[in-house]
Amino acid sequence: MFHRESGVFKTTYSADMALYPLPIAKWTVAVLALIFVVIVPLTVHEYYLSILNLIFIAIVGALGLNILVGYTGQISIGHAAFMSVGAYTAANLAVRLDLPFWITLPAGGLMAAAIGVIVGMPSLRIKGLYLAIATLAGQLIIEWTINHVPAISGGAQASIQVDRPSLFGFSFNTQGSLYFFLLFFAVVAIVATLNLVRSRIGRAFVAVRDQDIAAEIIGIDIYRYKLLAFAISSFYAGVCGVLYTYYFGIANYEQFQLIVSIDYLAMIIIGGLGSVLGSILGAIFVTLLPIVIRILMENVGSLFFTTAEMANVISGLRLGAFGGLIIFFLIVEPEGLNRLWRNIRSYFRVWPFSY
Amino acid sequence: MSEDLGFLFALLLNGVSIGLMYSLIALGFVLVYKATDAINFAQGEFVMVAGLIVAMLLSFESVPLAVAVAVTLAVMIGFGFGLERVVLRPLLGRPVVAVIMATIGLAAILRGLGPVVFGSETRAVSLPIGDEPIVFGPASLPPIQVAGAVVAIVFFLAFSWFFKRSRMGVAMRAVADNQQVAQAMGINVERYFALAWAMAGVVSALGGIVWGSMLGVDVHLALVGLKVFPVVILGGLDSIGGALVGGLIIGIVESLAAGYLDPYVGGGTKDFAPYVLMILVLMIRPYGIFGKRKIERV
Repeated sequence: MFHRESGVFKTTYSADMALYPLPIAKWTVAVLALIFVVIVPLTVHEYYLSILNLIFIAIVGALGLNILVGYTGQISIGHAAFMSVGAYTAANLAVRLDLPFWITLPAGGLMAAAIGVIVGMPSLRIKGLYLAIATLAGQLIIEWTINHVPAISGGAQASIQVDRPSLFGFSFNTQGSLYFFLLFFAVVAIVATLNLVRSRIGRAFVAVRDQDIAAEIIGIDIYRYKLLAFAISSFYAGVCGVLYTYYFGIANYEQFQLIVSIDYLAMIIIGGLGSVLGSILGAIFVTLLPIVIRILMENVGSLFFTTAEMANVISGLRLGAFGGLIIFFLIVEPEGLNRLWRNIRSYFRVWPFSY
Repeated sequence: MSEDLGFLFALLLNGVSIGLMYSLIALGFVLVYKATDAINFAQGEFVMVAGLIVAMLLSFESVPLAVAVAVTLAVMIGFGFGLERVVLRPLLGRPVVAVIMATIGLAAILRGLGPVVFGSETRAVSLPIGDEPIVFGPASLPPIQVAGAVVAIVFFLAFSWFFKRSRMGVAMRAVADNQQVAQAMGINVERYFALAWAMAGVVSALGGIVWGSMLGVDVHLALVGLKVFPVVILGGLDSIGGALVGGLIIGIVESLAAGYLDPYVGGGTKDFAPYVLMILVLMIRPYGIFGKRKIERV
């Protein structure tokens, strides 16, 4: 039943890079598809669908950040700012020009990619902490610009209302229909990333991360690939921002503040740097954590705190828990949940024998 | 003096005093980076925690100011030592990115749990220095800014004495210069790492007191920490003098932007101009004015 290979029998590079290393992988994908496309939307309550929807959006953003930080090794604290660029681009196009989502969504992504390349420019000269500080500046400057330029932000509240997306007259305006809308983009993002990282570009990214001087010597144009990583990562972020906008029906800069960049960093660190599965696990974990904390606090916390304090306490605990988990995983398990999952899997590979 | 010049003078004076207060916080960042090569993204949160502690102590009426300051200093020193031991030491030798993210995580913990522990309302830190503006020629400053500037200057003098003359200071410079050689000369490197974090705690305690009494203490006090980055990038990450000069420049730029640009763009340029300046410095001279030129080119 848990049929896995008992050793490494690959004889070609293409077999090593295959998307489906074993026949069972195809079956796994088929079963997952059946669960998510048919069973879940038919059986799951609307409230849980809304959680799944948030997870799908977070997966897109986390994949993008992982391409930049996990695969290419360029740190960015400005991910949320790129999301806001995508979100406001799409919202402006949708409201002012009345464009449908299949134009605004790539437009938002491309705009974010363009801004991402500009913010990533310093990475050509500097790296490590200088780059972290430069992207932090990018985040703050973009946040400030959106907040202070009414032409972008749509006036007083710095927020723009948009209609829910629609296709051929069908409007995705319930959690159930948005579920399919977001599932589609999450799957596209996952498949695209899986293919990206096993392509020439993905291997170049990893080479730049592991040893940039060696990468340059073997003929990788590191400037180009660093900027490309920023562009791709920001494109994902922009799409993620557009999805948030359509999901909530509003583009609001408060969804894209510095704190959100930290949420996404937490996702990829907890999930596992440089891993697609890790991004997904991290997105699930970080989206579920505040919900668990809220449920816990509503049941237990009422003994210690008044109702008025509760909102502050919950958001504080949430942030504190993220911080604690980031540090915990960095110290104890730098490869994140992805590593834990691999450990479990390799344990069952030879189960019930010890080796 | 004409009115325009008087306005300029007032802006410059304000910028210098605010800038000195920035340098005080930036000093904590520079001390840690210089000695341990770790980047502290939680410097603003340190300041916030110190502010929260001093505000809480002062809210008990029987506690005199001197005791509150002393307790805050002691707590922050302990905090610095503990932090180095629990978070930073396990990360020794790991990539710089891991340390950056650990301090970001630390910032999130402090910012999240600070209001839960100490309450989320804005508290005042009242220092016994009155509210009468102190007049300097055509301009005047609120006394807290003068006090903050004086504290900053005193501490810069104290730290430059410490690094030039005291045994510990010289040892710390040796550690900063080359950890292995320092170790070979019998210096306990790990102890000096801890000491550097404790000194960051001291500076943050003072920063928390002066900034807290100027802005009021709540979670937004941590945002002061974001201004540390332009200051240290401009001055050079590993230069104490650079922190001073960078702070002054950022303070003056902010003040001038607020005075001359705000009327045209509707406010808020003082939260914008320092970062633009910082990006320019990063592009042109990433090691800053006084920083060591050991930055890795790629």
